[in-house]
Amino acid sequence: MNPKRKQRLIIVLFIVFGVGIAVGLTMFALSQNINLFYSPTQIVKGEAPENTRIRAGGMVVENSVQRDPNSLKVTFGMTDYAENVTVEFTGILPDLFREGQGIVAQGMMDESGVFQASEVLAKHDENYMPPEVADALEKAGKMPKPEAEVFNK
Amino acid sequence: MGKLLPWFAIVTAALLVSGIVWALAFAPSDYQQGNSFRIIYIHVPSAILAQSCYMLMAIAGAIGLIWKMKVADMVAKSSAPIGATMALLALVTGAIWGKPTWGSWWVWDARLTSMLILLFLYLGVIALNSAIESEATAAQATAVLALVGLVNIPIIKYSVEWWNTLHQPATFTLTERPAMPAEMWVPLLVMVIGFYCFFAVSLMLRTRNEILHRERRARWVRELIEKQ
Repeated sequence: MNPKRKQRLIIVLFIVFGVGIAVGLTMFALSQNINLFYSPTQIVKGEAPENTRIRAGGMVVENSVQRDPNSLKVTFGMTDYAENVTVEFTGILPDLFREGQGIVAQGMMDESGVFQASEVLAKHDENYMPPEVADALEKAGKMPKPEAEVFNK
Repeated sequence: MGKLLPWFAIVTAALLVSGIVWALAFAPSDYQQGNSFRIIYIHVPSAILAQSCYMLMAIAGAIGLIWKMKVADMVAKSSAPIGATMALLALVTGAIWGKPTWGSWWVWDARLTSMLILLFLYLGVIALNSAIESEATAAQATAVLALVGLVNIPIIKYSVEWWNTLHQPATFTLTERPAMPAEMWVPLLVMVIGFYCFFAVSLMLRTRNEILHRERRARWVRELIEKQ
């Protein structure tokens, strides 16, 4: 390679890797802010900021959903299989919301340690299957459980 | 190039038509999302292609910078609008899917935001290309912009693994078994290959156009037109 081209190649590599390192360090420094939500473990440990709106993500605990018969109020437990947080929400839940489903809720912790959600989003996992397969797995008790690490990075 | 083009066009049409019919009519529905999951057959191929196209654009730009190859510049210039279209398609189909599934059109999570940045990078490359009169200077400037933006590609890919995001991890990877049964992923694979072939066809056509446009005063172009 002639020296001129070699020099230009070095400049190009310098741009790519220089920008890569700069952005990588910035991302590393900001990594907590880039996370969309806090896990129940982070909230219980006090890593999540208090008295401000945050997002919390986790699985809806089995048999924990309680609906108020007179209003749209719903109370349920949210877990990452390590810690639990109780969530209260008034409004319409997404279609995918059910027990064992991953969700992301936006809201604030109140004084009694209950997460007051103003918005609940369903988090879909990467697994897809036809309804017949899901039925068969359910009957055999082999339905794959979503993994906890999805909510704890 | 001229001989390959019709073959690629035929393969593209065959793959896209058979893939879309298979995906919409014959693939089973999902146990949670029902039929709305079928948007994956457009969303995933367009998202993959948007990223591959960006890498191609950046590499072509680098070749143009280092070896001063004009064809590389033209390929880089021609691929930007295709990539921008694909990125926009991925974002729009994702939003349409997100509303019924997540309950929201848009969330500022790492995957969605980095994909939006990819679209803006494409738009920036297109704008820069048309803002600079001199072809050589425009090619240099856009190549540098494309190379700077290259850092976004691994961020898009690994955003769902590095951070907590609402977007799910990849269903389809090169190294692992897909997280869906064969009757669902085979049509998806057909669509992905179909999208790549479509990209090849449109890139060839656009590059050809670009060459003709740049050489419009050359004698061989005039002879070509007069022959027809």
